[in-house]
Amino acid sequence: MSKKFDSYWRRNKRYLFILLSIWFLVSFGFGIFFVDELNTIRIGGFKLGFWFAQQGSIYVFVALIFIYVKLMNKLDKEYEVNED
Amino acid sequence: MDIQTWTYLIVGITFAIYIGIAIWAKAGTTKEFYIASGGVHPVANGMATAADWMSAASFISMAGLISFSGYDGSVYLMGWTGGYVLLALLLAPYLRKFGKFTVPDFIGDRYYSNIARTVAVICAIIVSFTYVAGQMRGVGIVFARFLEVPIELGIYIGMALVFFYAVLGGMKGITYTQVAQYCILIFAYMVPAIFISIQLTNNYIPQLGFGDTLADGSGTYLLDKLDNLHLELGFAAYTSGNKPMIDVFAITFALMVGTAGLPHVIVRFFTVPRVRDARISAGWALVFIAILYTTAPAISVFARTNLINTVSNMDYAKAPKWFKNWEETGLITFNDKNADGKIKYVGNEKENELTIDKDIMVLANPEIARLPDWVIALVAAGGLAAALSTAAGLLLVISTAISHDLIKKQINPNISEKKELMWARIGAAAAVLVAGYFGLHPPGFVAATVALAFGLAAASFFPAIFLGIFDKRMNREGAISGMVTGMLLMMFYIMRYKLGVFGETTPDQWWFGISPEGFGTVAMAANMTISLIVSRLTKEPPENIRELVENIRHPS
Repeated sequence: MSKKFDSYWRRNKRYLFILLSIWFLVSFGFGIFFVDELNTIRIGGFKLGFWFAQQGSIYVFVALIFIYVKLMNKLDKEYEVNED
Repeated sequence: MDIQTWTYLIVGITFAIYIGIAIWAKAGTTKEFYIASGGVHPVANGMATAADWMSAASFISMAGLISFSGYDGSVYLMGWTGGYVLLALLLAPYLRKFGKFTVPDFIGDRYYSNIARTVAVICAIIVSFTYVAGQMRGVGIVFARFLEVPIELGIYIGMALVFFYAVLGGMKGITYTQVAQYCILIFAYMVPAIFISIQLTNNYIPQLGFGDTLADGSGTYLLDKLDNLHLELGFAAYTSGNKPMIDVFAITFALMVGTAGLPHVIVRFFTVPRVRDARISAGWALVFIAILYTTAPAISVFARTNLINTVSNMDYAKAPKWFKNWEETGLITFNDKNADGKIKYVGNEKENELTIDKDIMVLANPEIARLPDWVIALVAAGGLAAALSTAAGLLLVISTAISHDLIKKQINPNISEKKELMWARIGAAAAVLVAGYFGLHPPGFVAATVALAFGLAAASFFPAIFLGIFDKRMNREGAISGMVTGMLLMMFYIMRYKLGVFGETTPDQWWFGISPEGFGTVAMAANMTISLIVSRLTKEPPENIRELVENIRHPS
């Protein structure tokens, strides 16, 4: 039993690590640290770094949560720890 | 019908809806009062969380703040949305599995200590009161401007309304009024945004409109035009910032972590039936929040462009009606320094003749853009919905902290269900009165709301909860010493550099160049470091606590 949970928890932590790396990259990376470099690229009227800071990062945040929900619902089923 | 009649009508209808819901959703048990019996649908909870979360500051002030700070305003956009990723991934599902009523509940049980519980209660109360005082003030300002009643009367009306549905319905009443309030506030926010987007750029979607070309057929992009206007008048370009990168980083991080650690947001995830509902509910909450947060920067650009185009070099005698109206409230001031009768609005402070309070950008935006009267009235109702929904959520945290975390868990564990419910109502009633008092007599710390509330949540709750879930070895000694360190450090920094309690200071003296708004990041790091070190030097937590941690890590 405990082995099963350990493996479940490790998989969960791996998902968290990957998703939070993306979270960090789009906001702190694209929106703050590399904003000047990205601002040299333009999409329509938007400078790309500015767009990530004020729009893009938020869209990615929403997507990340829904991806996590999908991954975890699948993982719960796989390890038979789901609630239904 | 004139603006005022429209406002009375729309605000009246929305208030009637809130009262109707409160009567329908009267709470009969403490479980209903604290967590709406844990039976809220995840989408409904997402909406309620969004309304709970988006305060008068989000609705009224944020777009204005970004309007005046351009790129630097991104810290609020990313900070106040990115926290939901942390909440959904690192906290909400596990806290739902734990399945009690409050944040101090978790901290008290996980760290097997009433001292930890009490520290958490103190943090929760400071955070919530700081935050709620600002909401009451917001209600007063909207009333004063749109219904032309004194600010004080506006605050009394707001208090009476919140009193009614928070005291009567508890979490159950609050949840369903928040759902209604979300619908009203988002409609009120989007309608003028879409109108103005079409006016300026012919684009129906504000999120795309502010990156589009101008409607005048010149082919110039709106953002380029605004950057040029800024440079001509001697401001920094709108799309580039003034703040140092380290501070932008620290503020964004502190706001994210603070958001995830705010008790009134966390408790919302105790109200859904299952762990998987808590996960998806955070996703819905962020969808509903993102609708407003991605529109806000568009409004900022529209409002800024319209403002400069309207007032720059305008004859003061020919100023439009909205200008005079807001001048009366003191939120716009004009000082004709060169006495030429024209409004000179420039970046150079010595020559600039116009000051505009950031708070009016959203409220005055429809008037500046000459939108129909009913839209202006709608904005008033939206501002009130945003302020009232947040106030109610905060008051509930304060009331449960008193009735549940202090009385039931510590002073009198044998208290009957009925008595506890009565105490919850008394707590809510007392909290409304105190909040109203702060609204009427805003204390100095209201100005530090953002720094203090978010900084404290980041420096105390977030690390304690996060480590409580992810570090099995974390013990009572570690968590308490960490929370106390984080809290004291944060409060010291705010007093020293924000409120000037220990004498005047300048930004040069900030530690690592980090402003009080961003200091939560440092205080959080201090909390984590101390917690980890102290926990490893003291006795490990008892067996049953390690089982508890094991248990909350999976849904079944």
